[in-house]
Amino acid sequence: MEQKVAKRPTSQEAQHKARLRRDRWIRRLPLLPALIFTIVVTQIPFLMNLWFSLTDWKITPPVPRTFTGFDNYATLFTNTFFRSAVWITVLMTVAAIAFSVLIGLGIALLLDREFLGRGLVRTLLITPFLIMPVVAGLVWNTQIFHSLYGILNWVISGIGLEPIEFVGRMPTWSVVAVLVWQWTPFMMLIILAGLQSQPTDILEAARVDGASPISMFRFITMPGLRPYLELGALLGSIYIIQVFDHIHVMTRGGPGSTNIPYFVYQRSIGGGWDFGQAAAYSTVVVIATIILATYGLRLLGGLLPKEEHA
Amino acid sequence: MRAPRKIGERRSTSIILAASAWLVGLIFFFPVLWMLLNGFKTELDANASPKLFFTPTLEQYRAVTSETPGLLGFGEAMMNSIVIVGVSTLIVMILAVPAAYALSIRPIKKSRDVLFFFISTKFLPIVAGILPIWIIAKNLGILNSRLVLIILYMGFNLPLAVWMLRSFFKEVPVALIEASQIDGATLRQQLQRVMLPIVAPGLAATALLVVIFAWNEFFLAVQLNAVDGSTVPIWVTTFVSTRGNFLAKLSAASTLATLPVVIAGWIAQKRMIRGLAMGAVK
Repeated sequence: MEQKVAKRPTSQEAQHKARLRRDRWIRRLPLLPALIFTIVVTQIPFLMNLWFSLTDWKITPPVPRTFTGFDNYATLFTNTFFRSAVWITVLMTVAAIAFSVLIGLGIALLLDREFLGRGLVRTLLITPFLIMPVVAGLVWNTQIFHSLYGILNWVISGIGLEPIEFVGRMPTWSVVAVLVWQWTPFMMLIILAGLQSQPTDILEAARVDGASPISMFRFITMPGLRPYLELGALLGSIYIIQVFDHIHVMTRGGPGSTNIPYFVYQRSIGGGWDFGQAAAYSTVVVIATIILATYGLRLLGGLLPKEEHA
Repeated sequence: MRAPRKIGERRSTSIILAASAWLVGLIFFFPVLWMLLNGFKTELDANASPKLFFTPTLEQYRAVTSETPGLLGFGEAMMNSIVIVGVSTLIVMILAVPAAYALSIRPIKKSRDVLFFFISTKFLPIVAGILPIWIIAKNLGILNSRLVLIILYMGFNLPLAVWMLRSFFKEVPVALIEASQIDGATLRQQLQRVMLPIVAPGLAATALLVVIFAWNEFFLAVQLNAVDGSTVPIWVTTFVSTRGNFLAKLSAASTLATLPVVIAGWIAQKRMIRGLAMGAVK
């Protein structure tokens, strides 16, 4: 008798546990297709890439692929072209993000008030973000920057100065200018969302207390905007660090505009056909991005409120 | 959207600020306007010193949409883009909705970690994966096919869609779902009758952002589908020529290529950003 009594709850417990487990799997089930697909499509290429980077593998001249360990990595940092690509990537990303966040902040402040045609102005402003990057690069290259047909040079010669071959003379900054043009609207909209979620009662109270607009901006608006500025910079850098399209149509990776993605492309399927070496370059990029992403994700972790698990 | 005129601000100040907003808006829009205008010019007009007034012509639009045998035509590129973007967006949404549900409405354990995994895949530079992707696609025989781009666009848009949808789903009041559960609604009824009406605008905004990124994608398309299955961005670049004038034709082609997404973006502007921004901050 006693045994049975003692046994029953355990079997019930086991049943309960089995049910719980089943319930957990039922909860996980909707997630699995998306998760498995993402793992397969995004992770497998990178693992293969890691393997390639440890081999000597050239297509022209075709030589059999041989395992060479870390040979490809040994020459990496002595390669001046790679070092310059690293520098240009950092410069382009930092400059494009800094300018687009600053200009975006300025425009968002202008738009955070009622005036005639506000919706229309916002619509005009977001358009650059929607433009296909290839088209943005081509339009700026051929119609704005061009020394003969570009409207910017038309203005410059109009005021009596020599026309400037912008893309040829300052390739890095020409690409940055187009990136800023495309990403400022994005930053502006995110910052605008931040401005509009400001607690109006606190602003009102500060105004009643006679706070100056500048100190109100510094002590109330800016701290509240911080997560929005960080988010905009983070999302923007995910895309800008990988920029390829603009460079491809504007300079074809000419001197001063080859960033790491373009460099890897040139060394492999873009004509270099040295797959082993290119794989090593891109593995370094992945490692660098992981370091950056860890910081970035921690930032997002701070933004996301803790969730209670049901 | 409520943005009162700041109290105590002088009228002249607010007029100056409004005028500056208009000026900045017009400056940012100018390159787009210029492209639009140049598309209606003759090559002669487009290559002359910049003029605002000219006799508009549809000549360039006729030229860029006319088909030349053996070359990538407008119809073919458009069809490829529509199929690739349409199918990949549809499947992304079908996969992302249940995933976002499992991360928000009935969150699983470690849902934050799963969400972070999704976002972290966006940090991996595509260029580092292009080589294996190219080799896998070649071995599977899907290089230069619509299928390869459909799979890859799903891969890079799915994390974004899950991220955005989760933030929209978070706004569904849990009490409402619980009430429907007590009333004996099945999971399907819960989804269809209770949740769908609330999250429909969010679904539309997410789908649009996915469409925009897929429509504008050039790198993967040009690496994998340069011969067959080429999309609209590749078609645009075919108008850059080293001989002869091409400015007006390039402008007309660019306008045609960007128009669908620009219009979609104009319509969805408010919700799109809310999905991206609020999702992270709230």
